[in-house]
Amino acid sequence: MLSLIRAVIGRDLRLAMRRQADIVAATFFFIIVVSLFPLGVGPEPDQLRRLAPGVLWVAALLATMLSLPRLFADDHRDGTLEQLALAPQPLALIVLGKVIAHWLVAGLPLVVLAPVLGVQFDLAGDALAVLTLSLLIGTPALSGIGAIGAALTLGVRGGGVLLSLLVLPLYIPVLIFGAGAVDATVTGLGAQAHLSLLGALALGGVFFAPWPTAAALRVALE
Amino acid sequence: MRNKLINWFRYASPQTFYPLAGRMIPWFWGLAAIFGVAGLFIGFLLAPTDAQQGEGYRIIFLHVPASWMSMFIYLVMAFWAATGLAFNTRLSGMMASALAPTGALFAFLSLWTGALWGKPMWGTWWVWDARLTSELILLFLYIGFIALQAAIDDPRRADKAGAILALVGVVNIPIIYFSVQWWNTLHQGASVSLTRAPSMAAMMLWGMLLCALACWMYSIAVALMRVRVIMLERERHTDWVRALLRGKA
Amino acid sequence: MLEASNLECVRGERCLFAGVSFRLEGGEMLALQGRNGSGKTSLLRMLCGLTPAASGEIRWCGRPIAQLGDEFRSELCFLGHQNAIKEELTPLENILSTARLAQEPLDEDAALAALELVGLLGREDLACRYLSQGQKRRAALARLVHEKRALWVLDEPYVALDRAATELVAGLVGAHLQRGGLVVLTTHQAVAVPAGNVRELTLGDDVALQQRL
Repeated sequence: MLSLIRAVIGRDLRLAMRRQADIVAATFFFIIVVSLFPLGVGPEPDQLRRLAPGVLWVAALLATMLSLPRLFADDHRDGTLEQLALAPQPLALIVLGKVIAHWLVAGLPLVVLAPVLGVQFDLAGDALAVLTLSLLIGTPALSGIGAIGAALTLGVRGGGVLLSLLVLPLYIPVLIFGAGAVDATVTGLGAQAHLSLLGALALGGVFFAPWPTAAALRVALE
Repeated sequence: MRNKLINWFRYASPQTFYPLAGRMIPWFWGLAAIFGVAGLFIGFLLAPTDAQQGEGYRIIFLHVPASWMSMFIYLVMAFWAATGLAFNTRLSGMMASALAPTGALFAFLSLWTGALWGKPMWGTWWVWDARLTSELILLFLYIGFIALQAAIDDPRRADKAGAILALVGVVNIPIIYFSVQWWNTLHQGASVSLTRAPSMAAMMLWGMLLCALACWMYSIAVALMRVRVIMLERERHTDWVRALLRGKA
Repeated sequence: MLEASNLECVRGERCLFAGVSFRLEGGEMLALQGRNGSGKTSLLRMLCGLTPAASGEIRWCGRPIAQLGDEFRSELCFLGHQNAIKEELTPLENILSTARLAQEPLDEDAALAALELVGLLGREDLACRYLSQGQKRRAALARLVHEKRALWVLDEPYVALDRAATELVAGLVGAHLQRGGLVVLTTHQAVAVPAGNVRELTLGDDVALQQRL
C-alpha cells in the first residue's frame, strides 16, 4: 500500500521536475498577486498588517486553483489515467499519492515563500511564524479538496472556470481558520484553536477527499 | 426480497412515473395556492404590526420560508443523489436536476428579501452575518451544481458527477456553517445581532408556517413539472415517449 | 473464463450494438471487427469494466466482473487507443514506472530486454516526445513482453506499426495464447497469429450480432 503511494508520488514528482515551468509560473502568480495589494490599497503599514493574513491566504487559494486543472488532465489525455483506474489497487490510494505530490509541488513553495512576502506586509516575527505554520497545515487540505473538483471537471467544457466555481466555496473554512490563526496572533488571542481546527480540516481533506475523487474519476472515464 | 425491490423500482422508471407525476401536479398547485392565500391573509391582514419593526417586518412571511426551503431542498437533492449512486436509478438523477433551480431560486429570494429587510431595519443592504454569509455560500453551491450539470453533455455522466458534488456539498455545509459562525463571532464589530429574536406573536408564527407549507407545495409542483420535461427530453427516442407525443399531436 | 451475455451499448442517444454474446476460454483469442463507430472500443472498455453496459453482463470465471473488482483487474492487462506513455519520460522510465504502479516490479535488465525486443534499444534514454508515432506505440507495447496477467484487452495494437513490429506483436499474442492466456483485440488488418484458437466477431452487422460464438 505504502509502496504504491510512494510509486505514484515518485512518478508525479519526476514528471513535475521535467516541466518546472509550471511550478515556477504558479509560484510567481502567488508572488505577483500578493505584491499587487499594497499597490491597490496603499502602503500604510498598519493597514497592510491588518490585511496581510487575508491577502496571503486568498492568494494561496488562487495559486492552488491555477495548478489544479493539470492534476488529472495530463494523465487523462495520454491514457495513463485508464491504466491507473484499472490497477488492482484502490483508485483512492493512487489519488492520495497524486494529492500528496500536488501538495509538494504546488503547496510547499507557497509555504516557503510566505514569510518573505509577510515581511513585505510588515508582519511581526510571531505572526510570520503562525502564517507559515497555518499555510503548512492548511495547504494540504486545498490540494485534497481541490482534487474532487479537478476530477469532476475532467474533460468538461470550460473546466478551469467551472473548477473554481465548484472548489472555492468548499475552501471557505480553510480560508477562515488559516487567516484567522494569523489574525488571532496579531490581536494577541493565540492561534492554538484555529490551528487545531485547520489541522482537522487538513486531515479530513487529505484522507476523505480521495474517495469522492476516485468515484468522480471513474465517472469521467466511462 | 427481490420482488419487493422490483415493486419499488417500478415507480423509479420514468415510464410509470411520468403519468403519476402528471396526476399529482394539479393537487400540489392547489395546495400551494390554498396555503399561500391563507398564509398571506394572516400575514398581511391578521398579524399585528411589530412594535419595533413596524410594517416592514412582514417580509419575513416570504423571507423565512425561502431560507428554510433553500436548505431543505439541498438535503432532498443530496438524498436523491445518494439514491441514484446507490441503486443506479435514472429517476433519482432527474429529480436532483429538477430540484436544483428551485433551490437556487429560494436561496436567491432569501438573500434578496433579507437585503430588503435589512435596509430599513439596520440601514444597510448587507451585513456579513453568519447566516447571510452561509446562505450566500449555499447559493454558490447550487450554482456550482447547475453549472457542472450544464457543462457535461452525457446526461448519465452529468447525473453522477452532480450526485458526487451534491454529497460532498452536504457533508461540507455544516463545516462551512460552523466556520462562518466562528469567524462571525471573532469579527463581531458594530453590526447588528440577528440572534435576538423578539418573541413572536402566535398569529405571526401561523402565517409563517402556512407560507412555508405553500413554498413546500410549490417546490414539489415545480420540481415534478421540471422532471417531466427532463424525462421527455432524455427519453425522446424511446417508444413510450414517441407514443405519448403521437397521441398528443 | 470470460463470458459476455447480451451486451448492449448506448452512446448518447444511439444504440451501437445490442445482444452481443460470446464465451472465451484459455488459449482463445477474439478478434473484433467492424467499421468505424461500430462500438469496438466501447465493447473493449466494457470488458475492462471502465464503462458499464446498458444491459447484459460480463463474467470472469463465472462471476460478474463488477462484483470481482480488484480481483478481476489484477488479471487484466488493457492497452488502449492512447499509448499511456508519458512524453516527458524515456521509454525505460515509462516501462519501469508502469511496472511499479502495477506493483509488479521489473528490474532494469528485464526492461532493457523488452525494449530491445521491440527495437527501441539505443532510444531508451531519449524522452518519448522525440519518438515517432510508431516508436511510441512500440514503447507502449513493450509492456506486453513480460506481461503475465491472464486477460489481454488490446485496442488496435497494430496501428502505426511497421511489418516487422506487427509480426512481433502477433508473436507475443501467440505466445500468450500458448501459455493459456486470453486475448480480445480489435483490428482492421488481417494479421495471422502463430498459435491459439482465433475467433472473429463483427460488430455493426446484424447477422453477427445474433450469432452466438
